Amino acid sequence: MHHQGMPVDVVIDIYTRVLRIRRFEEEVGRLFRQGQLPGFVHLYIGEEAVAAGVCAALTDEDTIVSTHRGHGHVIAKGGDFKRMMAELFGKAGGYCKGKGGSMHIADFDIGMLGAIGIVGGGMPIAVGAGLSAWYTDSDRVSVCFFGDGAANEGSFHESLNLASTLTLPVIFVCENNQYGEFTPARQAMNISDIADRAVGYGIPGLVADGVDALEIYRVALAAVERARAGGGPTLIEAKTHRRGSHAEGEEAFLGGQTYRDETELAAAQAKDPLLLLHTYVSENEILPAELLEALDGEITASVQEAVAAARESPEPEIAALYEDLWA
Amino acid sequence: MPRKTYVAAIQEALAEEMRRDPSVFLIGEDVRIGVFPSTRGLYAEFGDKRVIDTPISELAVAGAGIGAAITGLRPIVDLMFGTFLYLAFDQIANQAGAMRYMYGGQTKASLVFMVQNGAGSSAGHHHSQAVHQFFMNMPQIKVILPSSPYDGKGLLKSAIRDDNPVLFLHSLSLGGKRSEVPTEEYLIPIGLADVKRAGSDVTICAAGPAVHTALAAAKTLASAGVDAEVIDLRSLSPWDKGAVLESVAKTGRFVAVDESFPTCSAASEWAATVAEEAFHQLKAPVQRVTNKDVPMPFSPVLEKAALPSADDVIAAVQRTLS
Repeated sequence: MHHQGMPVDVVIDIYTRVLRIRRFEEEVGRLFRQGQLPGFVHLYIGEEAVAAGVCAALTDEDTIVSTHRGHGHVIAKGGDFKRMMAELFGKAGGYCKGKGGSMHIADFDIGMLGAIGIVGGGMPIAVGAGLSAWYTDSDRVSVCFFGDGAANEGSFHESLNLASTLTLPVIFVCENNQYGEFTPARQAMNISDIADRAVGYGIPGLVADGVDALEIYRVALAAVERARAGGGPTLIEAKTHRRGSHAEGEEAFLGGQTYRDETELAAAQAKDPLLLLHTYVSENEILPAELLEALDGEITASVQEAVAAARESPEPEIAALYEDLWA
Repeated sequence: MPRKTYVAAIQEALAEEMRRDPSVFLIGEDVRIGVFPSTRGLYAEFGDKRVIDTPISELAVAGAGIGAAITGLRPIVDLMFGTFLYLAFDQIANQAGAMRYMYGGQTKASLVFMVQNGAGSSAGHHHSQAVHQFFMNMPQIKVILPSSPYDGKGLLKSAIRDDNPVLFLHSLSLGGKRSEVPTEEYLIPIGLADVKRAGSDVTICAAGPAVHTALAAAKTLASAGVDAEVIDLRSLSPWDKGAVLESVAKTGRFVAVDESFPTCSAASEWAATVAEEAFHQLKAPVQRVTNKDVPMPFSPVLEKAALPSADDVIAAVQRTLS
């Protein structure tokens, strides 16, 4: 990892975002395995560099649209642990008052326009947020996170083409974690780089190392600047790895079958964005070890506070069933 | 009061609302040229930003409208034909309608989807289906199906000002129809029915072009001494249950006329509601008059036969009287 000239405050900021995601997701995994969370959770562990690097290149006014694997995006954009955790518990104190759940967290106050549970479903909406910025002559940009699976959906192709033809400030960030549920991406497409598809829509398509948060930041920043300057959309393919399951507890659906090669899984797990960044921060003496530990302790404690608050948060009143319907 | 065509009334509604509110804009396929002439002329007045032509990408255009709506604008998304909405179903069903609820009230999707609904122009199955019934089954989408230029204008203006997703359905067969349209501004509230003909013997409930079929039937019935009340629901979701039940309380007979496939049609919902809530006032079983249960054929003769006719309505009314 060579990132000479990267400002120290940016590195610390990105490191903090990565660590916040990691510690939150580790706890969510634990809670799920203990049977404390309803529904399904799709963890972002292993992919933290993408959300952290991209969101560090954004302002508070910029917007993002997320996916079913969306916790990391919310946290990277500045989301609140307590309201997130309460939502995962389905409690009234959650971001969506317990009506959304893991796959539908949103925080409109910080420009997080929502996680979308349909693969590719958020892409047109992100185009619309870009359209809105263009329409109002704002220099806001719209970021769309999606996975390799979404790149095979019609919405991907329609969205890239629409954003391109209207020259909208949209940054399409493909998190290629190599798997669409249980199917390897290499089996779902006959190309190596999803970024190549950008050519078909007349926009730049870039491949970036999705394990390296600082590289993601550099690539995203360039795309953001281009979009703000009226240069239109960019497709960034972040090559990353799902370190674990598609969804926690997936064994229950697999009936003893396996779908990942052990060597491939070990290689994916070795590519740890947190470890990589930790090494960089330590080796370059960006923060002393005791401050890094203190930061970790602080984040871990705030995750625990969020869990405690989520447990304390009341169940939704049945009357809430009929609230938030018509505007 | 001047008499105007449906198309002219819709053009007026769009232009008036775009003049009034700079956050209102039109986006869709060929909206600048205005293939369906209701959008014609708007580009000349409002220009590039407010009248946006798109590629033929219904899913992305529908979603772009939603994205613009949740970031503060009021898009009118013109997707041409109701059947093209099938290509955009995810964005409408999963996103637009559910978003506010799903995100705990944090946002609102204030936008209008505008398409041609139903048959009557020999365009074949892909351009002639009624789609309103699907969207009635979807939570948190308002559905409007007007039957006259006057209603169309007043309801479209309300739809554009509404903070919820609204599906506004034009009917090709009404395009050239004229009615009185006042010069001064007016709005028609969404969800309010209109009694198009008062009567005491039977309640005929309809919306869109079916209202004219019902009125033609009522005219014939009147000459046979049967006094039919024709209720034009105008809005299908939410629909004016109160007006229907009030009428049935008076007549004791109910005929639902709906230009859609019979199973789970709008008529099914109206008929079920009347059977459930006004059973003891009914003097005869409720009747449904819908399309025949076939895909929409091309031949003008077959198309006409597939749609509910005045004779079908008269026969249904007679069943309630026998």
